[in-house]
Amino acid sequence: MSSTTHALNQPTHHILSVLVQNRPGVLARVSSLFARRGYNIFSLAVAPTEDPMLSRITIVVDVESSPLEQIVKQLFKLVDVVKISELDPRRSVERELLMATVRVPAEDRGQVVELTNIFEGKILAVGVEAITVSLDGSPDKLDDFEELLRGYGIVELQRTGRVALPKLDKEARLKAVKHGKAS
Amino acid sequence: MTQKITGAQALIRALELENVDTIFGLPGGCILPAYDPLLDSPIRHILVRHEQGAGHMAEGYAHVTGRPGVAMVTSGPAATNMVTPLCDAYMDSIPMVCITGQVPTSAIGTDAFQECDTVGITRSVTKHNELIMSADDVPLMVRQAFHIATTGRPGPVLLDVPKDVLQNSMNWHWPSDEEVLDSLPGYKPVTKGHPRMIKEAARMILDAKQPILYAGGGILKARAADALRELAELIDTPVVTTLMARGAFPDDHPLCLGMPGMHGNATAITAMQKSDLLITLGARFDDRITGKVATFAPDAKIIHVDIDPAEQGKVRRPDVPIVGDCRLVIEEIIKAIKDLLNGGEKQQDISQWKSRVSGWREQFPLYYPANEPGEALKPQYCLEQLRDGAPEGTILCSGVGQHQMWSSQYWKFNEPYTWVNSGGLGTMGFSVPAAIGAKVGRPDRTVWAVDGDGCFQMTAQELVTASVERIPIKVAILNNSYLGMVRQWQEMFYEERYSEVYLSPELPDFVKWAESMGCIGIRVESPEEVQPAIEKANSIDDRSVVVEFRVDAGEKVFPMVPAGFSNDDVLLHPDQNGRREFLR
Ligand SMILES: Cc1ncc(C[n+]2csc(CCOP(=O)(O)OP(=O)(O)O)c2C)c(N)n1
Ligand SMILES: [Mg+2]
Repeated sequence: MSSTTHALNQPTHHILSVLVQNRPGVLARVSSLFARRGYNIFSLAVAPTEDPMLSRITIVVDVESSPLEQIVKQLFKLVDVVKISELDPRRSVERELLMATVRVPAEDRGQVVELTNIFEGKILAVGVEAITVSLDGSPDKLDDFEELLRGYGIVELQRTGRVALPKLDKEARLKAVKHGKAS
Repeated sequence: MTQKITGAQALIRALELENVDTIFGLPGGCILPAYDPLLDSPIRHILVRHEQGAGHMAEGYAHVTGRPGVAMVTSGPAATNMVTPLCDAYMDSIPMVCITGQVPTSAIGTDAFQECDTVGITRSVTKHNELIMSADDVPLMVRQAFHIATTGRPGPVLLDVPKDVLQNSMNWHWPSDEEVLDSLPGYKPVTKGHPRMIKEAARMILDAKQPILYAGGGILKARAADALRELAELIDTPVVTTLMARGAFPDDHPLCLGMPGMHGNATAITAMQKSDLLITLGARFDDRITGKVATFAPDAKIIHVDIDPAEQGKVRRPDVPIVGDCRLVIEEIIKAIKDLLNGGEKQQDISQWKSRVSGWREQFPLYYPANEPGEALKPQYCLEQLRDGAPEGTILCSGVGQHQMWSSQYWKFNEPYTWVNSGGLGTMGFSVPAAIGAKVGRPDRTVWAVDGDGCFQMTAQELVTASVERIPIKVAILNNSYLGMVRQWQEMFYEERYSEVYLSPELPDFVKWAESMGCIGIRVESPEEVQPAIEKANSIDDRSVVVEFRVDAGEKVFPMVPAGFSNDDVLLHPDQNGRREFLR
């Protein structure tokens, strides 16, 4: 499992934030391009942006940096792709959502609830023999949480794949403070 | 004022407004509505015998005119028949617009009769494709298709049109250029090269001691042949023209070294290998050019001009990458060089390099052993005779195999857009339909198709199209009774173990077949018959002619850089091998 320091020193993954026209088939175009050029997608998340004409696809790829340049250029050739930014994992904030149903007898349920509270997760549903919890946060934090839940017996687990935005640099942060919300 | 018409009428009107003069196609259920307004249109429709033929005809047309070729076919099997030409056009950057019928929108996804996921199937073999879901979208989609197919790196675009979209009525509106551009926020090809990179390229060119101009098919796409010539003459630097660039620089120009690559000539291959600067113009370091990449032109710096940023650094990292249109960039480079020269800078003396190159040319001309009386006819001899007998301005098309390589080697291409072949995909069956398309595009020119006996049998039926539509072409079949190129590999790399490459010397009877398709058929078996047959073929203008040359099955294409070999280890014709040491 990747520790935080490992992730910091050796980014083994790349995050591509791809702004696309919100049109039918655009996801298929993007994902089949990866398949066609022999790249593996580690995770992928799509959602509309503030502009209803555009969607943002956040793709996490495991690759060396030089072939990444090629896939980025190929991606950019897709007519529906408007903008691509590569987010350096060290300079971006990444978030992901995890939901899990864990099998626990009623007497042990308290341990899972406690664990969830420590991680600042949520209890979504409680049954006689099982409990469903959710957690959003950095992928590393989700990894840790998942590992701990495993000890109880995960019945079902779903992760969204990460979304990411660049970290605001010092100047931008200060500006944001000075001028309030960006207009 | 808007006017209600059907989606089909809008489609045909849009094609007219895009200045389409010819559509190659074949109708069927789902595309039927589009064929009705076609009856009232000035656009010529050429009815093919197989949809693959329509696609290659559109390619041949585009090759020689520079205008996008247009093909129109129905859904399902017709669309799948179109996959090969689309891929061919994609690999060779041929502008093409293909329209396919589709089942009605309500039936999409139900496995309806002749439904297939055309957009899904063709996604990776088109520059772009679209399923049109509303008749109102037809004009904009057509405009987008032509814009995308013809700008940037050209390529095929497919529009899939459901039957009800063709039938429904719509409000006609012809979008302005601005509307088209605004509708494509993610499509902005860069055409002007970066000024700093251009300056750097100019300086590097003047500093080079052993420069070579490496010209690819992009020169032709960018209509940059004149610019290339001006640059070559300005810096007095030899030019190699890749398989896709034959004709981009005249073969009879003293600076022209001809074709490099797997079956290039020894001089072109070696000059690239030994150069200290490859001025790469619209070429993409294809594996058939580089041989083993790790040992390709090891001492060369690279200037790489290409309109497609993804080609920069894909195979070989350039020292000076320039993204832009070849013509515009070359013109800027010329200007930058002249500025430096006017400012008192001098170009390196490259006379030693040039004399070394001339030495190779003298030592290693293209070579085949001459026909001895009574021996089987040499295919290279047939090509030389075809070349020498060809009327001025003849366009040459070819299939894929040995005959293709000999065509490229032995023809003299002195004019751009006179060579039509399938380079990237290597599609057997390309030549006959491509030649028909070329003749439609340039009816004023003689069009010869050099084909193999194997290739010809894949698409020969289009000669019926040629006869019925009165499109007279000439076909030279180099019949060696073999899938010759594959036979050559088996001879050389599989210890002469011939597996499934022997066709038949007698079957089919090409002359009778030609006659049955409305063509004149001529058979040539001995060297004496070659010239008269070619003369006769050239004298016939009112119908297509097929000349079958029965040629030596054992002849191999040389030189050869076998796949995975270094260009340093090019195999020469055995008779030239004694002089190998001169290749330094
Ligand atoms: C559609 C297709 N199938 C197979 C091949 C592989 N192939 C390349 S050259 C060749 C032989 C072509 O034979 P022929 O047309 O007789 O030409 P020759 O090499 O004998 O001149 C084959 C089978 C191909 N290029 N295209
Ligand atoms: Mg053959």
